[in-house]
Amino acid sequence: MKRKRAFLLLLMVLTLVALGFGVADGSWLRHVPEKDHERKNPYAGQADAVAAGRLVYEDHCAKCHGENAEGTKKRPSLRSARVQQEATEGDLHWLLVNGNMGRGMPSWSKLGDPQIWQVISYVRSLTQ
Amino acid sequence: MQQNLFRLIDSRKARDLLFRIEEFATESQLVEDLLGTTSIAAPHIFREGRMVPAQGRIGQWRPWLRLVFVLLAASISFHAQERPYFVTYSHEMEEPGNLEIEMFSAIGKPPGGNRFLGSTTEFEYGATAWWTTEFYLDGQTTWHDSTIFAGYRWENRFRPLLREHRINPVIYIEFENTSADKALREVVGHDGRDDFLDTNADARADKQREIELKLILGSNFRGWNLSENFIAEKSLKNEPWEFGYALAASRPLKLAASSHKCAFCAEKFMAGVEMYGGLGDWHSFGTRLTSHYLGPTVNWSAPNGITLSFSPQFGLNDYSIPRLYRFGIQYEIEQVVNRFRRGE
Repeated sequence: MKRKRAFLLLLMVLTLVALGFGVADGSWLRHVPEKDHERKNPYAGQADAVAAGRLVYEDHCAKCHGENAEGTKKRPSLRSARVQQEATEGDLHWLLVNGNMGRGMPSWSKLGDPQIWQVISYVRSLTQ
Repeated sequence: MQQNLFRLIDSRKARDLLFRIEEFATESQLVEDLLGTTSIAAPHIFREGRMVPAQGRIGQWRPWLRLVFVLLAASISFHAQERPYFVTYSHEMEEPGNLEIEMFSAIGKPPGGNRFLGSTTEFEYGATAWWTTEFYLDGQTTWHDSTIFAGYRWENRFRPLLREHRINPVIYIEFENTSADKALREVVGHDGRDDFLDTNADARADKQREIELKLILGSNFRGWNLSENFIAEKSLKNEPWEFGYALAASRPLKLAASSHKCAFCAEKFMAGVEMYGGLGDWHSFGTRLTSHYLGPTVNWSAPNGITLSFSPQFGLNDYSIPRLYRFGIQYEIEQVVNRFRRGE
């Protein structure tokens, strides 16, 4: 009986935690600190970085954002004006490092800075 | 048309892989005949009052092996970039919607005991970006003894801070129901080499139903990952809390990606070091009569979506098993739920 109660209590705590996180977060662009907003892509203008970024994109991003970054049912297009024009490359770097976990976008800090900048080079090359 | 072609290629890959496995199962008998001894691939089991070679059982599992590998190859998708850790957890969660199937094994031989192979098969699912849930099945083979199912575990990891910080905490909660487990997925309390000396029959009598809590701290800095785990485990029997730790660091051999597809580029390899051990229990906290292990670790992200890991680990005191050889294979299926939806 005690064990059952403990299990129910644990289940309730987990549910509350889940609900708490579920309602978190808003528009990610507003949260980017100024110094991150102004960061420059060290690979800007390098064709090799675009090619490498495409391979990284295919490995990690395409399943959610589409083979050509056109978006899928639940995940946004990366060809949108927000990604291509409103956000700076520094903003995109911040997003990839931090994710937008309340909305399903994981942190990609595990890729390391060079690969993150390469992906950004590729994404930004899509509408050029 | 193109999609159908890819499916055809995938199913051919699956058939090739399956035939190789079947050949291996047959060849393991040949190895035993040639060497005149029991090979690693041919442990014995206790059946109907006597020891019999276990490899004949592979035949019984052939239809299941066929099913599993066809499913894996048919759903071919990629690309785990996993840390090469066997005991330590990093703060990196499974990507939401992805299912990762992992098999980790440890081979060791305690002094005065029989060699063993402990394995876990894990199904790790990214429920959300901040919540990963995982189900384990444990098994082990002990030479000159038997091969047994050692139980199951269910764990959940929660990331309370939704942004990346210098140090990122993750809360880990696990329930385990195991007995005679030799996979060594954590070391706590006074776990030591003597625990591996009992026969499987005796060890199975001691059922362990436990709750395990971990505080996982992780940092990514300039390509390096540093992870620290603090472990507290409580048996549901009237036994004291046991404590342990695990530490690890790793880095890819190269940080930037290559601009062409390659199997053996430096960025496909990750190397590091891992250390873990027990810290006693509630009544005797500390390192007295506890076991500790240290070893280098490496993994390779293969081009077909499989990650292979290996680590030789060394016991740091007389209470530890002198050497452990750990190896793992991981395979990630991206967006697994969407695969069952129409039109995707």
